[in-house]
Amino acid sequence: MNAFVLADCTTVDGALSQLKDGAVVKAGGVDLLDRMKNGTAQPEKLVNIRNIPALRGIEETDKGLKIGALATLTEISEHPAIRKQYQILSDACGSAATPHIRNMATVGGNLLQPVQCWYYRSADFQCLRKGKDLCFAFNGLNQYHAIMDYRTCPAVAPSSAAVALFGLDANVELVSSKRGQRVVSIKDFYVHPDANPTKFAVIEPDELLTAVVIPKPAAGTRSAYQKYGEKDSFDWAIADAGVVLEMDGNICRKAIVTMGAASPVVRRSAQAERELTGKPITEATARAAGKAAMEGATPLSMNAYKVDLFPVAIYRTVRLAAGQMDRDPRAAG
Amino acid sequence: MAPHMSENFLRDLVLEEALPQDEEKKPDTTPKKTVQMPVGVPGYTLQDEAREVPESEPPVWPTNKDLKFVGQSVERWDGAAKVSGRAKYTADVQLPGMLYAKFVNASVPHARVVSVDTSDAERYPGVKGVHVIQHVFGGAVLRDPSLEQVKYPVVRFAGQPIAAVAATTPYAAEEAAALVKVKYETLPFVVEMDRAREENAPLVFPGAADQAGTAGGGGGPRNVSQTGNVHGPSIKKQGDIAQALKEADVVVEGHYITQVQTHSALETHGVVADWKPEMLTVWASTQGTASVREELAAFFNIPASQVRVITEFMGGGFGAKFGAGNHGVVAAALSKKTGAPVRLMLDREEEHLSVGNRPSSDQLLRIGAKKDGEITGIHLVSYGSAGCGTGAGCAGPATNLYKYAALHTEENDVFINAGPGAAMRAPGHPPGAFALEQTIDELAVKLNMDPIDLRDKTDPHPVRRVERQVVRESDLWKSRNPKAGADTGPVKRGVGLSQSVWYRFVSMNSSAEVRVHRDGSLEVLSAVQDIGSGIKTVLAQILAEQFGVPPAQVAVKIGDTNYPVGPNSGGSVTTLSLTPAVRDAAWQASQKFLADIAHAYGASADDLVLVDGEVRSKSGKIKPVSFRRAAAKMTTDQITVQAKRIPDYDKSKYLTYGGVDVAEVEVDTELGRVQVKRVLSVHDCGRPMNPSLVISQINGGVIQAISYALYENRLLDPNYGLMVNPNLETYKIAGSREVPEIDVRLVEAYLGQSSTDASGIGEAAGVISVGAAVGNAVYNALGVRIRRLPMTPAVVLAALRRPQPEMELA
Ligand SMILES: Cc1cc2nc3c(=O)[nH]c(=O)nc-3n(C[C@H](O)[C@H](O)[C@H](O)COP(=O)(O)OP(=O)(O)OC[C@H]3O[C@@H](n4cnc5c(N)ncnc54)[C@H](O)[C@@H]3O)c2cc1C
Ligand code: SF4
Repeated sequence: MNAFVLADCTTVDGALSQLKDGAVVKAGGVDLLDRMKNGTAQPEKLVNIRNIPALRGIEETDKGLKIGALATLTEISEHPAIRKQYQILSDACGSAATPHIRNMATVGGNLLQPVQCWYYRSADFQCLRKGKDLCFAFNGLNQYHAIMDYRTCPAVAPSSAAVALFGLDANVELVSSKRGQRVVSIKDFYVHPDANPTKFAVIEPDELLTAVVIPKPAAGTRSAYQKYGEKDSFDWAIADAGVVLEMDGNICRKAIVTMGAASPVVRRSAQAERELTGKPITEATARAAGKAAMEGATPLSMNAYKVDLFPVAIYRTVRLAAGQMDRDPRAAG
Repeated sequence: MAPHMSENFLRDLVLEEALPQDEEKKPDTTPKKTVQMPVGVPGYTLQDEAREVPESEPPVWPTNKDLKFVGQSVERWDGAAKVSGRAKYTADVQLPGMLYAKFVNASVPHARVVSVDTSDAERYPGVKGVHVIQHVFGGAVLRDPSLEQVKYPVVRFAGQPIAAVAATTPYAAEEAAALVKVKYETLPFVVEMDRAREENAPLVFPGAADQAGTAGGGGGPRNVSQTGNVHGPSIKKQGDIAQALKEADVVVEGHYITQVQTHSALETHGVVADWKPEMLTVWASTQGTASVREELAAFFNIPASQVRVITEFMGGGFGAKFGAGNHGVVAAALSKKTGAPVRLMLDREEEHLSVGNRPSSDQLLRIGAKKDGEITGIHLVSYGSAGCGTGAGCAGPATNLYKYAALHTEENDVFINAGPGAAMRAPGHPPGAFALEQTIDELAVKLNMDPIDLRDKTDPHPVRRVERQVVRESDLWKSRNPKAGADTGPVKRGVGLSQSVWYRFVSMNSSAEVRVHRDGSLEVLSAVQDIGSGIKTVLAQILAEQFGVPPAQVAVKIGDTNYPVGPNSGGSVTTLSLTPAVRDAAWQASQKFLADIAHAYGASADDLVLVDGEVRSKSGKIKPVSFRRAAAKMTTDQITVQAKRIPDYDKSKYLTYGGVDVAEVEVDTELGRVQVKRVLSVHDCGRPMNPSLVISQINGGVIQAISYALYENRLLDPNYGLMVNPNLETYKIAGSREVPEIDVRLVEAYLGQSSTDASGIGEAAGVISVGAAVGNAVYNALGVRIRRLPMTPAVVLAALRRPQPEMELA
């Protein structure tokens, strides 16, 4: 790890004034310090935002829910209102990493962690996403990489929270000292590597993510998220599914189906949603949704098995959301 | 000894120091007495047998139920120190003026080093010394060194240490290490075993090369041919295999593939070395204080008496921590150069890359049997890679578990450009058992026989027979549906079993000193190190049993070469080698003590006995007096006795031990996920000296085996030769949620071999057989056999889609 300056801030303005000349935000530090230790990040200055009270807390407003950037994954997963109305988010945050990490990890940091691709996370490989022109995964070890929506970089979207927030149509609040505040829909928040490989999200280096805002769910909304790994203790998703169903009695009025570990940016599957919308949730429609979600999948040399896993993850999570199945004991969390 | 067991095999496996049992070729003139000893398994086969033992041996202990401290689950002697953080490990050692060292490691998998420019590093603030390595430890060595005329060691794997920097802070050392400029002339490399076996593959060595074993075993055969990267075959033959297979009623065969596992001890390798003109003192995380001393004395050409090695607490080694290693030698050299103590601890990445691993295997195994289950022949051809080392042979289980008329094994090591293998908990046996025990299971299916009945027929080991009986009567085994793949629904349950075998190695380098003080306090001293198995506790128990004081009150001083020499802890030798010496010393000290105090009580020494913490008179002439009060009557401040291990009493008896493990799995056939729900481990280790410590060993072994069977995998990028998962996040290792319910049943199996009659447990402890038991359980669940490790969702789903074709033996 390189030597660095640590600027400890207690106000948003204080932090913003420090965010220049390559300074980098440190929230929980779980992700950032890992990258500093393995030499893939070498910032000269860290701006510590963990002691800014204004960025903490989870607030229910009449418009919905406002989650401060520093809310930890544990706080989110255990929050009573979130468990009641936004089960998908509680599930997602509660199934990431380990209890210890969830106590430290913030939602802002979780949304902004770069990809987990092992080539990206090694100082020995200078790839496309580090500004070079090569991807090592296509001809290398790609068992955990994407099966859809990639052309240049098949590293998958790492954030579990994002899979839920796509399902909830969340907005992200950003602020900079020069341009003030802006609100960006989660759908527009991430940058696809095909468009710009080195930029992971639209946030600028002088900006802070201050909060995540989630609209009130429509009546009859039920949701769930499940994540599958190779093992239960701290494993990354090899398949995951977020499901939000607006139910009208027996009939699903509107469905949202999202996946993280399938593609470089969280994917909403219109195909899967089509299989559910306007229909009752049954074994058959849930299976059909899972199957439809894999239309157009183009697995790499080592990850065809993932094409078998997503339909199962989606099927089981649709039925969990609909209250027709218990939480899967084989899912993490 | 089982009659079929190959002497050859045992000799090959033997840990270098563990053999001198046959040292006494000279006529044995020690006066002997005949004693009756309990032999066999209580409740099954226990009986008294006569043994001729030296006159000076202590009285025979009864079985555990009649002992007070030994054989009881006495609390770990240093448990409180460990869980409270009071225990000081190597990395906790802080010496005045200590420097921190950091390795510079090769960034390429194969290269000649043209130059190493250390000038920038030397100028970096805080740097006190830089050392460029001239000789690398670990890995195979060319038979003809003249094939390589080089100034620096050739880089044969990415991560091979090249130089090291010592500085006043760890940060300065790290920054300066990055400034060392290494110029490489890169060479073609190969990191995939299949590719390395091809005719035109890049060569890891320009000629034949061999790797020596360590005190923990490992290493490979030496007198074998080498073709390209293939070192071997090492062939063993008994009987006529072709004929045996022809005479068989059924033949089963399979192609099994196992991955590379790294030791991944929680505490990384490392030392603090303090070079002083009169003495080199080294704090080391090691399984063998003696082995570290020996290597350092040899390397620096100084007398052993001027090297002191200390290992007070140790955080796991699993076979990879013998000898000084590159870190030990480099730290000592830097300390010598700088005149300051130097600490060199490896990081997790270095741990994965350069200090050992369990080699991979690719095995073709064929077994022929008669209709009644009698095995006619076993034919094994194996290839395996220990990186740039050797030691991938895995014929142990095939050779030593069952009776057969003919055996033919061919083991090959395949060099690749990866870190050298090292002995790892039961070298060769987990991969060997994975293939063998699944093939035996398959044989049972083909013969329509119960897997336990089949083993009763063909496994002559008397203790495993009892263990199988325990399994047969267990609820877990009774719950097994003999019909494979019978469950309906996506989640299927299965139960399977597997057996293990390990060998009784005795290290004669086992001695101890016992001290009795006038204030009634007791001490035991030995250079032996406690690598986590709990030998400290066991030594305290032995003194407690002898003197009747609580074990917690015995001072145990070990892990220091200043004390009497102790065994290196590898191959499950520690408890069975050292405890008889300690008991003998304690017994002799008690006799000396009684003789010393007898006069003060007006008694004769042979009228006195020390029982339950009291000195009593056999004749009843004097009233019982507590040991502590009697000690005050000692004529000197301290009574001291040293004793060393004497050879086993009867070496014609069982030379192996082992166990039977049963696994229950649930396989989610839609996800390809295997989850181990329960494990029943039935094991023997002679006299269990402390059941809870033995169970601890088995718990650890079971978890390690599950981790091997389902998760762990060292992954090397084929195009660049670098490991992509050198951490504990994407190198997937079992965590707390992967731990099943583990039910350990210890089978006391008295052998009548020594004054404590302990055996080992570390190797057999579930490590060998649980992987195969999981494989057999998965078969029982699915009716499909998985022949590849780790059994990840990708592997399981592929097998479900398309069961593997059977392969022809080469
Ligand atoms: C073993 C392991 C398993 C894991 N498994 C999962 C998993 O299953 N699912 C999952 O989602 N995650 C997982 N994680 C990742 C973990 O959840 C993230 O590392 C963590 O959430 C990051 O949060 P942090 O607050 O520590 O971020 P930091 O490390 O502090 O920051 C991460 C990045 O975000 C930037 N940043 C942080 N906060 C802000 C802000 N407010 N404004 C602007 N920029 C900001 C930082 O500059 C940095 O680049 C795992 C991690 C580990 C170690
Ligand atoms: S998948 Fe993406 S992050 Fe990984 S090597 Fe390729 S370009 Fe880099």
